[in-house]
Amino acid sequence: MSQDELISRLSQLTEEVTVSMGPQYVTCQVAPTHLHQFCKKLKEEKDLAFDYLISLTGVDMPEYMTTVYHLESTTYRHMIVVKSNTANRTEPTLPSVCDIWPTALWHERESHDLLGLVYENNPDQRRLFLEDGWGFPLRKDYSDPTRIVER
Amino acid sequence: MSNNLQDKIETQEYIVNMGPQHPSTHGVLRLMVNLEGEIVKNVDPVVGYIHSGIEKMTESLAYPQIIHLTDRMDYLSAHMNNEAVALCIENALQVEVSDRVKVIRTLMAELQRLASHQLWWCVMGMDMGALTTFFYGLRDREMILDIFEETCGARLTLNYSTPGGVMFDLHPNFQKRVKEFTKYFRKVLPEYNQLLTGNVIFKERTVGLGPLSKEDAIAYGVTGPTGRASGFACDVRKHNPYSAYDRVQFNEILRTDGDTFGRYQARIDEMYESLNIIDQLIDNIPEGDYQAKMKGVIKLPEGEFYQRVETARGELGVYILSDGKKNPYRVKFRSPVFSNLWVLNHLIKGQKIADLVAVMSTLDLVIPDIDR
Repeated sequence: MSQDELISRLSQLTEEVTVSMGPQYVTCQVAPTHLHQFCKKLKEEKDLAFDYLISLTGVDMPEYMTTVYHLESTTYRHMIVVKSNTANRTEPTLPSVCDIWPTALWHERESHDLLGLVYENNPDQRRLFLEDGWGFPLRKDYSDPTRIVER
Repeated sequence: MSNNLQDKIETQEYIVNMGPQHPSTHGVLRLMVNLEGEIVKNVDPVVGYIHSGIEKMTESLAYPQIIHLTDRMDYLSAHMNNEAVALCIENALQVEVSDRVKVIRTLMAELQRLASHQLWWCVMGMDMGALTTFFYGLRDREMILDIFEETCGARLTLNYSTPGGVMFDLHPNFQKRVKEFTKYFRKVLPEYNQLLTGNVIFKERTVGLGPLSKEDAIAYGVTGPTGRASGFACDVRKHNPYSAYDRVQFNEILRTDGDTFGRYQARIDEMYESLNIIDQLIDNIPEGDYQAKMKGVIKLPEGEFYQRVETARGELGVYILSDGKKNPYRVKFRSPVFSNLWVLNHLIKGQKIADLVAVMSTLDLVIPDIDR
């Protein structure tokens, strides 16, 4: 599927999705309410078959928190980026995709540990690297009291 | 034993802590192993003992500085890690590096892959009680490390790639020494097979153990030789070629067995492929600059950039989100070992605890790559 075909195919999948051409890959911006449904279709539709979740990245943007999914189809070798934002910083919640791609379970756990994102329906939301009660170091407002050198 | 007595003996599940200082975990990894008798019911890896916060550190560093942190992640694939960040920065700035740089990087990456697989092989033998392999593997790895030392002054953490090229030009001896090494290693690689691959005890312990299906490999995101042993075609060098991989002929090692022995054999076969790639390139290193002209302060344009690279353990992804300043806004490393580790529980469930070490060896874990 060419990238133009991919863009038109993806925009028909659900509502609340904007598909555009990013700097490298086709990028889909999905509302959290439709994320799970959208991802399920990405994997199950025969002509898309995005069966390989390469990477899951949580990002703390100035106005919202977001999760970036890099997906590839091992059948067709096309790759896309899916993004979903949440504006709530105290309890940023996104649906989990770990029932679609099992590898997401631990990537989400890492993102939860370092950014405080909460993934609904992820059965294992314990801290991964850090102790309970630690802040979320990859958030931009995180301050490290032990850091002696001020920049 | 009479039935009466058997009813009185209570069995219970108990948890054994393997690590964080266990020799077979190759670093500071703790496994909470849930046992019933000697059957493993569940393995829960506990990570984070040596987390170095590289992703956080990068946010306050300039782009060329980030490269120096990356070889501390998977220190056995130091060059590929450096290359990944360098490629990502070059892509973002649309800098075209010379053919010479591409070939040098590919050569170094394949030497690094060989060195990594040699170390994996000798440690795998040692994990399973065969100490001899350790000496054989390290003896041969030493030759590669000497080449590295002559080329860039470092043996382990190379720091050889920079944005736009490599740090120094090749040493005049490089071609001669690499050829010496490949000639020598082709001669001794069959010894590896004689020592371990064909060994009856070794085969008894590995064939059919911990099988991983292709579907599970894809679902768990298991890449590298581990995934390819299950038939998951995930070689980034083949499917998304970078540097000089589009101009060399090599086979993607794909197997169908996917058990511990299959993963072992996949890596042995990859060593032959790496030797082939080196042989094709070593006589054809093009002339040219070893460093493209770059600005003193590198600023990436606003946007997000992703680069995939095949390290010795699987797919490394570098995601850079830039807001146009001299520091990145967010960097994420999708490290291969982080994804590969979590399949361990799936592989070992229902097996004996003695097999846990063998299965873990073929996953080829490097802990700083998990705790990056």
